[in-house]
Amino acid sequence: MTSITGDTGAETMTGAGHAQLEVRGVTKAFPGCLANDDISFRIEPGEIHALLGENGAGKSTLVKIIYGVLQADEGDVLWEGKPVTIQSPHDAREMGVGLVFQHFSLFETMTVLENIALAMNDVRDMNVLRKQVVEVEKTYGLPLDPDRHVYTLSVGERQRIEIVRCLLQNPKLLILDEPTSVLTPQEVEKLFETLRRLSAEGCAILYISHKLHEVKALCQTATVLRGGKVVGGCDPREETAKSMAEMMIGQKLTAPDRGGDRTFGDVRLDVSGLSLASEEQFGTDLKDVNLTVRGGEILGVAGVAGNGQNELFQALAGETEQFGAPDTIKIDGTSVAHFGPRRRRRLGAAFVPEERNGHGAVPDMSLSENGFLTAFRRMALAANGLIREVPTRSFADNIIKTFDVRTTGSGAEAGSLSGGNLQKFIVGREILQDPGVLVISQPTWGVDAGAASAIHQALLDLAAKGTAVLVISQDLDEIFAICDSVVVMAEGKLSKPRPMADVTIEEIGLLMGGLHDLDGTATPANDTLTTGGRVDQA
Amino acid sequence: MIRLEPRRQHSQAMVYLSPVLAIIMTLVVGGIIFAFMGKNPFDALYTFFILPINNSYGISELLVKATPLVIIAIGLAMGFRANVWNIGAEGQLTMGAIFGGGLALYFYDSTSVFLLPAMMVLGAIGGAFWGAIPALLRTRFNANEILTSLMLTYVATLFLSFLVHGPWRNPEGFNFPESRPFPDAGLLPMIFDGTRVHLGTAIAVFVVLAGWLLLSKSVIGFQLRVVGKAPQAARHVGFRQKRMVWFTLLLSGGLSGLAGLFEVAGPIGQLQSSISPGYGFTAIIVAFLGRLHPVGILFGGLIMALTYLGGELAQMTLQLPNAVTGLFQGILLFFLLACDVLTKYRVRFGSIAAKGRTA
Repeated sequence: MTSITGDTGAETMTGAGHAQLEVRGVTKAFPGCLANDDISFRIEPGEIHALLGENGAGKSTLVKIIYGVLQADEGDVLWEGKPVTIQSPHDAREMGVGLVFQHFSLFETMTVLENIALAMNDVRDMNVLRKQVVEVEKTYGLPLDPDRHVYTLSVGERQRIEIVRCLLQNPKLLILDEPTSVLTPQEVEKLFETLRRLSAEGCAILYISHKLHEVKALCQTATVLRGGKVVGGCDPREETAKSMAEMMIGQKLTAPDRGGDRTFGDVRLDVSGLSLASEEQFGTDLKDVNLTVRGGEILGVAGVAGNGQNELFQALAGETEQFGAPDTIKIDGTSVAHFGPRRRRRLGAAFVPEERNGHGAVPDMSLSENGFLTAFRRMALAANGLIREVPTRSFADNIIKTFDVRTTGSGAEAGSLSGGNLQKFIVGREILQDPGVLVISQPTWGVDAGAASAIHQALLDLAAKGTAVLVISQDLDEIFAICDSVVVMAEGKLSKPRPMADVTIEEIGLLMGGLHDLDGTATPANDTLTTGGRVDQA
Repeated sequence: MIRLEPRRQHSQAMVYLSPVLAIIMTLVVGGIIFAFMGKNPFDALYTFFILPINNSYGISELLVKATPLVIIAIGLAMGFRANVWNIGAEGQLTMGAIFGGGLALYFYDSTSVFLLPAMMVLGAIGGAFWGAIPALLRTRFNANEILTSLMLTYVATLFLSFLVHGPWRNPEGFNFPESRPFPDAGLLPMIFDGTRVHLGTAIAVFVVLAGWLLLSKSVIGFQLRVVGKAPQAARHVGFRQKRMVWFTLLLSGGLSGLAGLFEVAGPIGQLQSSISPGYGFTAIIVAFLGRLHPVGILFGGLIMALTYLGGELAQMTLQLPNAVTGLFQGILLFFLLACDVLTKYRVRFGSIAAKGRTA
């Protein structure tokens, strides 16, 4: 089996000659799937090692085994050369493994310090802890006021809490699972500085990401998983993002075809002066949002999560109605802000929410029922109040065929599909209804590269047929790949639209930080570029 | 060591097997309890579960008891599917009996063929009215319907008690707390002579079929299921939760009211201070025993009806207390909920540590 060693990097610090972590022949089976199949790799002290792979390739399972959440069926985990049995996350932390989760586990109404104290293995004197926290923050350039309440913090700052938590335990191996998915490009750069400093001190880092240009910028070695097996290793610095993506999916990638000259028709989606108080306690209010999308145009809404994108999507989809101000949203000239979702759909609008399970689809219902869910009116799948079984099933079969959804059939439960396949099904369900306006949130969130490129192509094809497409996305690569123009959402406000051709990723990054007036007096504070325009008081 | 391991997909087999498993475990535990009470467990179980239905009269009594259980449970299951927890079917049953029975008392010398249909309609309205109160409180003030519907049960039963002790007491009834007997035109016709199997039993079968059509084949049943399984998805496509709260509470209230009317216009024939041995509560168990599926509820209703008959017989022949009925029902619900774990998890034997070292 391929064994990837850290010999490409010169960062082997200790003279002991043992890898910080070595995994030998780890196999883990779940009912019906072999999640990890004879996986071997090693990480040297101080090495930044990327774990690459599509969704379902077995990355999470492997991380869970290393962190003691799961036990391997076969194989050994060696820590500093010695075989170990890691029974629980507690054991893993004791040994010196730190894990920064993709989704934070923080209590919003408690302070930073209280949140850190909660996660420590042993509770100690709060004042001692405060000193340690401040020291770690200083050493690693992680500015954070220990007494701030978490709900006042940006996502980037929240992530810092998780990192500080880990660092307080002096880890020898730090695992980060998709850490940059919620950060602005500037915040990502700051995170990388911290990680490089840790690496220079001898801490090994296992970095899991699907953002390949970041892997290329940060990591010295990479192990590529596909279908639970190690399919190769590489030095990301010598690869291109494309070559690594092809290694991950095992086939050639084609860039989405944007077609020739794009011509736009009339305005089909018109939002003007939309203001909306969020229903969530810590949500973001929409403030005077204006945007227009013409037929054939794909408009991207960029921005860090939690800046009002959910509220915008809900307002557009009709989940929150605006009874007082019907004119703030118009679909093909008809005022709809006071309509619920069904009347908006009848006018030819379609919506794809960010969350697939439980929002875009009902996980424990069949695909054919999930097709019925949004399409029964436009596709005439019901008559006399009863479900028409045959057309309902053939509509689902049609989606499965047209969008190459890998499943056992239209009777399969939606929850049994992988993220990418379910997303293809949901996007396909809306596209096959031939919408005039499509609003789609995070179209390829957590979706494998193959499915992502299929979805991108489908959106481009849809726009080419004259549909107005609004894409809400945190993934700037995605926005650059498919959009014609872009607006940036920060603090519930939208920036002015900019054509994709004359905007740079740095400019968008600054707008994401809440600096609407690029030519104005505001300049980013040098080390506290926070989302939502909030600047640390500390 | 025994472990529970999550299944990748819900086991369809276990969905149907778990009620069977629960019944078997209930019998085993019941047998043990009988043994501790000094009875031969096999004799006792025979008395409880076989003796009541080894003759045609017993079977007819089973149908009489199952009728209200099935009708109520069908309505409740609709609500449970949509996460609307109507616990107050007993109260709605009582209100249905009061409304429909009140009409019979008002026209106590009527011979009209329209009296009985009018009583049924009014019974359903009475139950639906009693279900509408928790619906209003839930949709307007976000008051938990579990509590409000349950509390309204006591209001309804005390109201009935007030009526039969006071204004509606039979003037020729020697001061017993009972109403006049209903006129013949206000009594349900019997399906089989010499038994108490009445028209309501036939209607119960119809309710099962209608419930199945509604739940499995109709758009509104689809909406119920989506609201229950994924409220956010329901909101996304514009299925309104409040509408489902109203629909299910009115439907289950109405069906409970109808069941109550069938009791007073059928086996009882008048209003009394107590008209139901807790059918409204037992129907909750029936609904779950039947997997919230109308056909399952039909079987569940028959099984729970058997516990009532068995309990009565056990009192008479084994001198066991009436509480044995409730005990059996409780044990069954307990095992039913416990066995449900098996649809999402499988049982594994062997310890984690041992597995980890088999390298």
